[in-house]
Amino acid sequence: MSDTHQHSIAFVRDTMLPEAPPPAMETGIVKWMRENLFSGVSNSILTLAALAAVYYLLAGFLPWFLNGIWDAPSLRACREILQGDVGGCFAVLTERWNQLLFGFKYPSEEYWRPTLAFVLLFAAAAPIMFPNHVPRKLLIFSGLYPFLAYWLIWGGSILSPVFALLGFVTGYIVWNRLVKQSFAAGFFGAIIAALITWWIGGMIVEATVSDNTLLAAVPSRDMGGFMLNMILGTVCVSLSIPFGIALALGRQSDMPIIKWICVLFIEFIRGVPLITLLFVANVVLAYFLPPGTTFDLILRVIIMITMFASAYIAEVIRGGLAALPKGQYEAADSLGLDYPQAMRLIILPQALKISIPGIVNVAVGLFKDTTLVSVISMFDLVGMIRGPILASTEWNGVYWELLGFAALLFFVVCYGISQYSQWLERQLQTDHR
Amino acid sequence: MTTLSDPPRESFRLSMLINDTRYRSYTFQFIALLAVIALFAYLGSNLMQNLRDAGLNISYEFLGEPSGYDINQTLIEYDSRSSHWRASVAGILNTLLVAFLGCITATVLGVVVGVLRLSKNWLVRKLMAGYVEAFRNVPVLIWIIIIFTVMTAVLPAPSAFRGDDPARTMFLDAVAFTNRGVYVPKPVWLEGSGIVVGVFIASVIGMFAYRRYATKLLYDTGKLLPMGWPSLVILIVPTLLIFFILGRPIALDYPALKGFNFQGGIQIRGSLIALWFALAIYTGAFIAENVRAGILAVSKGQTEAAASLGLRPGRIMNLVILPQALRVIIPPVISQYLNLTKNSSLAIAVGYMDITGTLGGITLNQTGRAIETVLLLMLFYLAISLAISGVMNVYNNSVKLKER
Repeated sequence: MSDTHQHSIAFVRDTMLPEAPPPAMETGIVKWMRENLFSGVSNSILTLAALAAVYYLLAGFLPWFLNGIWDAPSLRACREILQGDVGGCFAVLTERWNQLLFGFKYPSEEYWRPTLAFVLLFAAAAPIMFPNHVPRKLLIFSGLYPFLAYWLIWGGSILSPVFALLGFVTGYIVWNRLVKQSFAAGFFGAIIAALITWWIGGMIVEATVSDNTLLAAVPSRDMGGFMLNMILGTVCVSLSIPFGIALALGRQSDMPIIKWICVLFIEFIRGVPLITLLFVANVVLAYFLPPGTTFDLILRVIIMITMFASAYIAEVIRGGLAALPKGQYEAADSLGLDYPQAMRLIILPQALKISIPGIVNVAVGLFKDTTLVSVISMFDLVGMIRGPILASTEWNGVYWELLGFAALLFFVVCYGISQYSQWLERQLQTDHR
Repeated sequence: MTTLSDPPRESFRLSMLINDTRYRSYTFQFIALLAVIALFAYLGSNLMQNLRDAGLNISYEFLGEPSGYDINQTLIEYDSRSSHWRASVAGILNTLLVAFLGCITATVLGVVVGVLRLSKNWLVRKLMAGYVEAFRNVPVLIWIIIIFTVMTAVLPAPSAFRGDDPARTMFLDAVAFTNRGVYVPKPVWLEGSGIVVGVFIASVIGMFAYRRYATKLLYDTGKLLPMGWPSLVILIVPTLLIFFILGRPIALDYPALKGFNFQGGIQIRGSLIALWFALAIYTGAFIAENVRAGILAVSKGQTEAAASLGLRPGRIMNLVILPQALRVIIPPVISQYLNLTKNSSLAIAVGYMDITGTLGGITLNQTGRAIETVLLLMLFYLAISLAISGVMNVYNNSVKLKER
């Protein structure tokens, strides 16, 4: 072949070149940097600007953090140790650690109780959060946990959580008996049975009230610190999911009166800020209760936040219900299932699965919003920082350490929850894509 | 042969209210209605009883009485002899002010960050992801307090600006950052300033008219007029001309240190700035995620199809991607505006006098009229929410895909 080209072209290669390594600019970190950081003029400028920003952030933060003082009785002592150097006074965290976590009134010899409740929370949440990795038997513990946690945190007579649990158990038994005849009979029968149990239990608890209980009673107004945020967050989220489902089903219902009741409730709650609802809990709700009843503030706040959260969760679940293909509803009907069966067995499992990311979003938002209770002078984490700690003579002026700590705590919890929800979404993706 | 005929219609019996699905829904609704009415009657009777016991009544007369407290930053004339009603109006305007400023800043921030999160630059992408995660996962109340602390505890007192060799100097000789707030120059409207403003408004209208005309010409005849620089010229040149011809009728009043404090200019309190920036940065992180999701929602095939039609990248973005992305982006962004407006009620934590601070704060405490004030407060926020979601529905209907 080379003969034919010899006269028209000066040179034609007829041997294979040996394999050469790629040019230095096209391999390894250099290539990566050229492609990802310096691919053009504007990109290079962006990179340099970003580097400068990172440098300034670290230059401000690192000396302050690394130079920090972790052991000192007061801000003045901190400054004496530092002698003009830049450095954080993290001693406030070690010094006031218990106050930040438990508030300033919770009896210090009982700190193990909320701590134990917090640790057990993971054991109780595990079978719900990781159903495929944790034995299902543990679900029994999850069911017992709310009563156990209540008893651990509030203390007092063990009979009250036991009777609360008994009410649910009798309700469940009655429901199980009657639901075969009709759903409505089972539902209302269960409610009546539970109410009767609680009524009897309430009388027994009052009759046997005594001072020397196993765990000393702690009044609600002594709750504080991050514990209060955790209590409000977990209680309100878990209570608001059933209410949210009911509201969403009500809003989708064919019955106009029920639909409009749900629509009005949801739109009203979603239209007002949480603070106004907390005002209601703080100053207005007492007017609407029978004269002479005293309701402690934490319970009033839980009621209002639960109402708030259930309206938002209802909207999320409504989105899930609307996203289901109509064929699913028709398939349930054609199997001859009645409304409660169709919802329980076919519609809700799918709708809830679709709504998980939205529900987690609401849960994270709600957990963040529990800081708002500091506005109505409850001493949650933010309330503790702004109130007793920053107002004390020792620690007046330690802003960044405290606020940074609060921000970090919330970040860890909220970021953890959102990562979990992304994991769960991948787990639940059973359709083929 | 058998004949089929309709089964005899059953006459209505009472048991059908429970057993027949056709009538059962009436039973349920009736029970629900009764339950709601009973609940309201119960709450209402409790309310009446409690009010009677406390010797109170429901009345809105307090709105006309003098308020007796000062509001440190108002948009309208207000002093402590003004009525509670006027205090509420001042609060409403303050709420709208911070919501307006916050929405604009959050949008700018959110769009920039959302686009940068999709950048090819690894470092910028990660930095923006860090910003979004850091702000979405920490309560907005903590951010408000942090920025408020910066404004009040870190910035110098006005006295730091005093003397021949002051510790601090004013930024560009015009803006002073102090712990009593930020002082910025204030425009002074001299004689003839109305004409300048009028000309400016006219040229804005003119610019839109020109763009409309250019689009119409393009669609009708295919002739492409330049859009960018002519609209800029129409916008700026006439206003500048008239400004200098009339001899600069709009002047600036610079803040200056007199005695212990700055005089002149506009004082923007630290509380307003803290609330404004915290809400903007917090909501901006959410908007950034919406923008990113919206751009990602436009399928890649659209870009490729546009490119295969021979469009240049800028036109692909303007004519193909953005119109489709905006349809996805706008509804969640508007609900973020709604959230921002509702979150502005956190003003009470830093002492910014919005409607929650005036009506729901001091007025409530002074008059003790909890039910009335909280009800008014809720109605105000409800009205704003309904107005914003009304706008959202109108917009949604106008951009909705016209299907079949």
